[in-house]
Amino acid sequence: MTFLIQQTLIYAVPLMIVALAGVFAERSGIINLALEGIMIFGAFIGVLFVRVMQQAEVFQAAYDAKNWIALQGFELLAMLVAAIFGAIFSLLLSFASINLRADQTIGGTALNLLAPALVLFLVRIIANQNTLQMFSGDSASWFMLKRSTFGIDRRAEVDFFTDTFLLKVYIATYVCIILFVILSIILYKTKFGLRLRACGENPQAADSLGINVYRMRYAGTTISGALAGMGGFVYALTTTNCSADGSVAGFGFLALAVMIFGNWKPGNIAWSALLFGLFKCIAAAYSSIDINGDGRFLLAELGISSHLYRMLPYLITLIVLAFTSKSSRAPKAEGIPYDKGSR
Amino acid sequence: MKEKLVNLYNKDGTKKILASLMSIIIGLLVGGIAVVIVGLFNERISLAGAWEGFRLIFAGILSTGRDSAGALSWGFNSANVGNMLFRATPLILTGLSVAVAFKTGLFNIGAPGQYLMGTAATLFVALSIPDGAIPDALVWVLAFISGCLAGALWGAIPGIVKAFLNINEVLACIMTNWIAANLVTWLFDKSNLKNIVEGTKTAYIYKTTYGLVDGAYVDGFGVATPKLGLDKIFVGSQINAGILVAIVIAIAMYILMNKTTLGYELKACGANRHSARYAGIKDKRNIVLSMAIAGALAAAGASLYWLSGNTEFFWTTYQSLPDEGFNGIPVALLALNNPIAVVFSGIFMAMLDIVGLQLTKLTAYNEYITDVIIAVIVYLSAFSLVIRMWLSGRKKDKVGAVNANAEPSPDAENENSGEEVSSEETPTVSEEEAEKGGDEI
Repeated sequence: MTFLIQQTLIYAVPLMIVALAGVFAERSGIINLALEGIMIFGAFIGVLFVRVMQQAEVFQAAYDAKNWIALQGFELLAMLVAAIFGAIFSLLLSFASINLRADQTIGGTALNLLAPALVLFLVRIIANQNTLQMFSGDSASWFMLKRSTFGIDRRAEVDFFTDTFLLKVYIATYVCIILFVILSIILYKTKFGLRLRACGENPQAADSLGINVYRMRYAGTTISGALAGMGGFVYALTTTNCSADGSVAGFGFLALAVMIFGNWKPGNIAWSALLFGLFKCIAAAYSSIDINGDGRFLLAELGISSHLYRMLPYLITLIVLAFTSKSSRAPKAEGIPYDKGSR
Repeated sequence: MKEKLVNLYNKDGTKKILASLMSIIIGLLVGGIAVVIVGLFNERISLAGAWEGFRLIFAGILSTGRDSAGALSWGFNSANVGNMLFRATPLILTGLSVAVAFKTGLFNIGAPGQYLMGTAATLFVALSIPDGAIPDALVWVLAFISGCLAGALWGAIPGIVKAFLNINEVLACIMTNWIAANLVTWLFDKSNLKNIVEGTKTAYIYKTTYGLVDGAYVDGFGVATPKLGLDKIFVGSQINAGILVAIVIAIAMYILMNKTTLGYELKACGANRHSARYAGIKDKRNIVLSMAIAGALAAAGASLYWLSGNTEFFWTTYQSLPDEGFNGIPVALLALNNPIAVVFSGIFMAMLDIVGLQLTKLTAYNEYITDVIIAVIVYLSAFSLVIRMWLSGRKKDKVGAVNANAEPSPDAENENSGEEVSSEETPTVSEEEAEKGGDEI
């Protein structure tokens, strides 16, 4: 059970935060199809930052002295850097779709093509192979919260809560959840959030009330880029052992599906991200999931092909969308370039 | 003469081509600059190496390797050109796939999945029919057609959910892509088509030149696309008649889209779905049909590629999607969705492919830089409308001064654009783009 919850969270949290990234862009009126690309770029930048810092031995003393607080700070710093570069990368999309009124779908597709190409090009030159890894050690030994972090003895009994939510987890997961809550409140309870949403529903009306639609849309996509970049690094940190290889296994697109399934509302998105996370977790680790703790691996014993489990998240997305699409309500003005002169 | 040139320049088609050429040149320049910058910051790459990379990006197709002194040598490289045409075959067809869907107002990002389904159907049919049961030519045709049919069915799925359930086709396509990737892996995993004859090759499917003789696979008893003497022209390359098939299909698509009622209806649905329905056109049927045609085209590309007899399919593909599918998008965008122009842009993309290989072979750089170039070109084509407007604006300034000095002549692009100009009578992309905006995702 502990394993199942932890694995689900590991997959659900990047989905959740990146789906929220999608919400910020679409609620401001810009279709951000580039989430996948920005995630890939963010993951690369985060891993590169960690690698460069390790090479320069900035945090080596902290690592040797087992100063976990400094290392957690290092992790947060890497997240921040990934977010900043994600935001910068997303400016390519904002510029094309806001200033040049480009087709947002094609612009996003261009970014999705650009990110893996650029990342693989640079990774091959930096690391002479197709995967950029940490310079030394792995993400578990550097960043993971574990027994030694809290000074718990290796053989000591721990309660269920500690075992599930405090051991063998990354602080990034909880930072993302907190950010998700804060940003959802900003989107719904502040003046800024109201204005942002107005620009996605009726930009002309918003403009007539003195809101700068262009600026609001820039804000939406930039927040979106920052979140997606950070989400990409969190994905790389927690699932691929802090390495970047120009791919996030379609998580950006799954996040888009989560967003649509969640009807562009943060509350629903949180639940649907958990659902998708669960399916992803089943697909990745079905053979070692012991649901009721009796030592038997029920899903593996069913004898269903692993290929089916891997297919499930996508298949279910399609089916779920088929049932929910009638009631889904997208922001009205999304995808339409704002033109001050149009009626 | 001057007047003729001005007229040519004023034509909408010319401006479209100019905009595409500008995208290409800017894309290549960005690639070149990236190569130089990386060269400056990397201690393993000398300045001379960076300059070599820069030159290869622009003229890699003419590279013949290095001479005895170690400098880059240039000239006509028949293997390069032949391989370029060989690689262009699937790109032209996936490009057509994306272009046809675009004309109906649909963004077919599902070409990779359709390509994979075509691959599976083609290989299964080509390899399952025992040698000698029916003539080889018939096996080839059957394999090709079943590939197309599989792709059509797979393409129809996003079409159906778009038409009847109003699910955004982009999302549906992406999901079907990954489902296809897993499904194809699953099918081949369960099949007995995995190459076990050559021990060094794990996870590969037999080439189609393998045939089933007495229950065992033997090389040389299968089918392959005939070469029709093209390998004599392009010595040392993988070229075969597939490129000719691709060109014929492109011409057929041009006729279908521009000279038939069906093509008109498809385009009407793309221009405005609601007014098309008002005019009595079955919009839902046309959306499904358009996606099915698009799927069949993408799958045809796969069929021609894998039937060539010198390609081997890596079957554990569930973690990645074929590049040929995604590269159909830039091919179509660069050609502004004109089926004839797709042939040229497909060949251009294949040329970039070859350039990438040359870069990997001859310098410290790698082939991914060409993907960067492609991405930049797609990015620019997202606002090709702005570029065209900018071109038109500049034209107005020059009209007065036209007698004083010659118009910036479009000579530079004349060599391959002559035949494209005349074929540009389709509705402009701008209208379609404006309509597509209202889509929900």
